[in-house]
Amino acid sequence: MESRNTRIALSVWVAVVLAFLYIPILLICLYAFNRSNVESWPIPGLTTKWFSPAIHDPDMQQALWLSLKAGALSTAVALVLGSAAAFGVHRFRFFGREAVSFLLVLPIALPGIITGMALNSYFTFWKINFGLWTIVIGHATFCVVVVYNNVIARLRRVPGSLTEASMDLGADGWQTFRHVTFPTISTALISGGLLAFALSFDEVIVTTFTAGAQNTLPIWIFGQIRLGQSLPQVNVVVFLILAVTIVPVALAQRLTRESGILRTEE
Amino acid sequence: MAADVSVEGVRKSYGDVVAVDTVDLTVGDGEFFTLLGPSGSGKTTTLRIIAGFEHPDVGRVTLGGEDITNEPPYSRDVNTVFQDYALFPHMTVADNVGYGLKVKGVGRANRKRQVEEVLRMVRLDGYGGRRPVQLSGGQRQRVALARSIVNRPKVLLLDEPLGALDLKLRQEMQVFLKSLQRELGMTFLYVTHDQEEALTMSDHVAVFNEGKIEQVGSPNEVYERPATEFVAGFVGTSNILERDGKRFSVRPERIELNGNGEPGVVVDVIFVGAYTRILVDTDAGDRLTVVRQNDGSGVEPGTRVHVGWRDEDAYEVTPQHTLEQEVR
Repeated sequence: MESRNTRIALSVWVAVVLAFLYIPILLICLYAFNRSNVESWPIPGLTTKWFSPAIHDPDMQQALWLSLKAGALSTAVALVLGSAAAFGVHRFRFFGREAVSFLLVLPIALPGIITGMALNSYFTFWKINFGLWTIVIGHATFCVVVVYNNVIARLRRVPGSLTEASMDLGADGWQTFRHVTFPTISTALISGGLLAFALSFDEVIVTTFTAGAQNTLPIWIFGQIRLGQSLPQVNVVVFLILAVTIVPVALAQRLTRESGILRTEE
Repeated sequence: MAADVSVEGVRKSYGDVVAVDTVDLTVGDGEFFTLLGPSGSGKTTTLRIIAGFEHPDVGRVTLGGEDITNEPPYSRDVNTVFQDYALFPHMTVADNVGYGLKVKGVGRANRKRQVEEVLRMVRLDGYGGRRPVQLSGGQRQRVALARSIVNRPKVLLLDEPLGALDLKLRQEMQVFLKSLQRELGMTFLYVTHDQEEALTMSDHVAVFNEGKIEQVGSPNEVYERPATEFVAGFVGTSNILERDGKRFSVRPERIELNGNGEPGVVVDVIFVGAYTRILVDTDAGDRLTVVRQNDGSGVEPGTRVHVGWRDEDAYEVTPQHTLEQEVR
């Protein structure tokens, strides 16, 4: 058993790590309520006066709307393509299966700058106009991977005898999918989808190369910080997004934990 | 007895490995029929071919006289109890058991009644609302059993269903399965590598070795009159003796120690509880295993004895010419 001192040392260490991770974020949240428009410490007082201009900024609204659309669409594309690829690779034995699996996962390891440049010159080559759909395609390259990984990991954990048992009991292919396969992977789809959305929502690098003249929210924030004109509003936007995103992140966390129902042994 | 299941000339290979090598089987209606053999002997593959999970390269499978070789698993009137139970983790016990009825379109009220009935049959009444993870191994096994008999299939296939249970529970379940089979009057096709289990429960046993069937017979026939050296060695223990170029099997309990047969010397005496195992080296160069009930008459190592047996207790067996044997 560890001594009292070790326990104290461990607690301090954990506190330091957590502080390292979260103090910058908490600072931003605090600055959102900063009475002064200069970020200096200590802050002179608290106010909510930046909230209204931040929320009503039309550029911010447009950027947020574009980000939400791009996130939703690339998540949808990823759910369809990612789960289809996972089913294909899991179910069938074919020549080059390992290579296909590797190529599917590769985009997430590729530096965003390479993906961005490649897509940019590709779209230019085919004279495709930059806009919402070019952003969606760019984001889908890594969103597909997240969904694929989640779904295939789940499929590998589900014993093959489950589908056999279903067929054995009289269910055809579609009934087996609806009653057995889909329910066992549904939480993997939800957590994969949430993660894909989160990745798309804060993506900057690939977006810079594929967005054209439009701004997504992260690019708008990046621009505002560079200009340094309306930092308090940016802090407000970041604070609000943080508050809203905690919900799906916590949910995804819960869902992956609940997938413990798949364990067959205690 | 009408043939319920028949397997005719079935062969199945995976690449270079021949899993099932020209197997013929006939299982009578209402029989408890066991496929017995070591792992990799083709018994499970044969069962999976009957269930429809594997398609034979050659040969056919019939059920009640009808050719079902090309039928998918869901249109065959057989159900399987899987070795790992394969219970659906996201469903309650009642939903698991009622699954087969549900996909066949049986109404809710009717389904509920039948589910309760089979749960009572496997002594799990009141467990319908639980999830599989909340059950013990033995209880899960009985849920798997209930789920596969609720459809009242012509034939129930059981793939080493008791393999994961401890000895005491396994023995209880053997008795229970046998009585359930009698009660339902259903044909049971049972796969196991446990010879004791096979002998205890079956009407007929087919002994598998290397993808082929070595012998089919009643437990009594297979034990008392093994057809091959393999059967003699796999089902129980056996002494294989070579006399005049022929090979014979003699069961350890059929050998007398003070007969007027061949002379030899006791080399080891092993106490096994209800009986004692005695190893004897004959002067002719054979090592024999002899089994004695513990009746109090002790034999010491080093004692000179005369081993003997009645002529009808020595059975000529087909010798085994496998690579493994030659290496030994």
